[in-house]
Amino acid sequence: MNIKIPTVAVLAAEGKVPEILFWVGCAGSYDERYKNVTKAFVKILNKVGVDFAVLGPEETCTGDPARRAGNDFLFQMQAMANIQVLNGYGIKTIVTACPHCFNTLKNEYPELGGNYQVVHHSTYLQQLIDEGKVIQKGAQIAFKGRKITFHDSCYLGRANNIYEAPRKVLEALDAELVEMKRCKTKGLCCGAGGGQMFKDAEKGNKEVNIERTEEALETQADTIAVACPFCMTMMSDGVKNKEKEASVQVQDLAELIAESEGL
Amino acid sequence: MSIISQVIFTVILGIFVFFIAKRVNFIRLNIALGRPQIVVGDKRQRWKNVLLIALGQKKMFKKPVPALLHLLIYVGFVLINIEVLEIILDGVLGSHRIFASLLSDFYVPLISFFEILASGVIFSCVLFLLRRNVIQVARFQKPEMKGWASLDGNLILVIEIILMGALLSMNATDQLLQEMGNAAYPLTGSFLVSSWLIPIFDGYLPSTLVIIERTAWWFHIVGIFGFALYVTYSKHLHIFMAFPNTYFSKLTPKGVMEPMPEITSEVKMMLGIPVEGETPPPDGFKFGAHDVSDLSRKNLMDAYACTECGRCTAECPANLTGKKLSPRKIMMDTRDRMEEIGKCRSNAKIHDEKFLLGGFISKEEINACTSCNACVEACPVLINPLDIILQLRRYQAMEASGSPASWNAMFQNVETNAAPWKFSAQDRFNWSEELKNDK
Repeated sequence: MNIKIPTVAVLAAEGKVPEILFWVGCAGSYDERYKNVTKAFVKILNKVGVDFAVLGPEETCTGDPARRAGNDFLFQMQAMANIQVLNGYGIKTIVTACPHCFNTLKNEYPELGGNYQVVHHSTYLQQLIDEGKVIQKGAQIAFKGRKITFHDSCYLGRANNIYEAPRKVLEALDAELVEMKRCKTKGLCCGAGGGQMFKDAEKGNKEVNIERTEEALETQADTIAVACPFCMTMMSDGVKNKEKEASVQVQDLAELIAESEGL
Repeated sequence: MSIISQVIFTVILGIFVFFIAKRVNFIRLNIALGRPQIVVGDKRQRWKNVLLIALGQKKMFKKPVPALLHLLIYVGFVLINIEVLEIILDGVLGSHRIFASLLSDFYVPLISFFEILASGVIFSCVLFLLRRNVIQVARFQKPEMKGWASLDGNLILVIEIILMGALLSMNATDQLLQEMGNAAYPLTGSFLVSSWLIPIFDGYLPSTLVIIERTAWWFHIVGIFGFALYVTYSKHLHIFMAFPNTYFSKLTPKGVMEPMPEITSEVKMMLGIPVEGETPPPDGFKFGAHDVSDLSRKNLMDAYACTECGRCTAECPANLTGKKLSPRKIMMDTRDRMEEIGKCRSNAKIHDEKFLLGGFISKEEINACTSCNACVEACPVLINPLDIILQLRRYQAMEASGSPASWNAMFQNVETNAAPWKFSAQDRFNWSEELKNDK
């Protein structure tokens, strides 16, 4: 497949505005492991043939980590600058794979003059499945007999009440979906939210991601599905810590869909 | 005799009303220390929250066993107040069981129903005492529950058992006196639960029975007055505060942080964005919260609505993994600090050089939070400890420049590289080339 990754700037030069802006996020741009999720999602967008674009070098941090760590000044600087770019291009709809970006763009940008329809990629993938654009019948053979558990991201679940979309996506794969003891509204955090990703944990007797990984491993699932870059890092580290990386993989929803599509 | 006891009762009632009013005013002023907030959003949704979550206890039922036991006490508490009304009227008017003649045939079923509720209250309170002290449910054993907090919890349960015991004893001796034909105790008929207690009191002289009955009566009503006053000093205040608290709780998604419009014009100027009608931050504006007076009134109301059940702390990932943070302690500290400032107010002391952050809540606690909203989700009365934590972090970062070094480094990265990590902004789009070359 000839992958196209148009940038908004190039489209604007041709006088076009993409139907959808794919907001890649910092982890999606820089994190070695998580870049694979960005690539998988772009492959899906290419396959479906949707009119999308990315900001590319013009994208910057939404400001979420600064805001959660208490630096609202820096958050507003980031947000204002991003809103200027987004409004300048006339962006209407944003899809992102990062729940932290999702929450900030959707809930905290309107206050500062950024009003967009913001969709998390779990919801978007569910729509594509519902419309029959990905996962046709019989395509999911690769997942027969596999056991998947979904780890709820706090910024998707409790923060924004999105519990069903990621599960619907996984159900479409025809694998066995097993729930952890603490799931949905009671889901346990991976330990990285609220700025924790960017500092050492405070003194305690255990790392949060180890606690969560143990719970995931208890389900005997061979795949821990995640829908957040921070959860991806924390759960992968947890699985490595438990020396289970040979038998248990941590994968994002987009990667699983891309895999079932043979992309 | 009757006149004297009427006067004594009325005086006690008056003293009770005076002290309750004083205490209510004290709490009102404490909550008013906070920033006023404009309540926006759907009134209908707010009332729905009051009905379902405060009155209907919907969120309690995530844990069905304690929820049922709690419901027994709650229904008992609310309905038995009708009998308390009778007792107050009797006390003031010098009558005896004034509702008996008014309600005639309904009186016995009504009192019997109250007695069933009273038994339910005793049953639940005993089980709750067992849960706290014998089974030792983990969330009641945390460090912040040592001392007064634990005593407070147990006292409430014991007082409720004693009060309900007095009610039943009063009714049992009343029936015995009725059977003996004592003129002061008109026949009502037999009450469902207390009639089983009659054998305990059988065989006493009528004069002794009158003393027991009167003592139980006085003990019950004065006990209720005392208890009501005690409640205002106790975590038990949630029985009232849960209602305004659910009404005022936020309706936006949990992920939204409180906006900070005061600094927006400054940000715009720094970015060279034209500002219409420049609005500098108001006088005395502080970035975030250092003390309770910097928090919102809803935050302070939250602290008075907290009954220290610890469902928040039991779900907190930081607390579960041995960190110092406990969302319940955040609420308890906020309340303790308000009470302290309140006492300074009555002593005409302006300030005591203490603050919520530093004096009560440590940086280690607020910096352990993952902002996962598990505490907010867990609270049966819509208290939001996270909102307080995040305001304290704002103070730490923007006023005190006291954020952890790695957060300062992250801020630096966002400022210079437009990403929280130390990557060059020029490399942001490298993934696209990698993907194209994958083929």
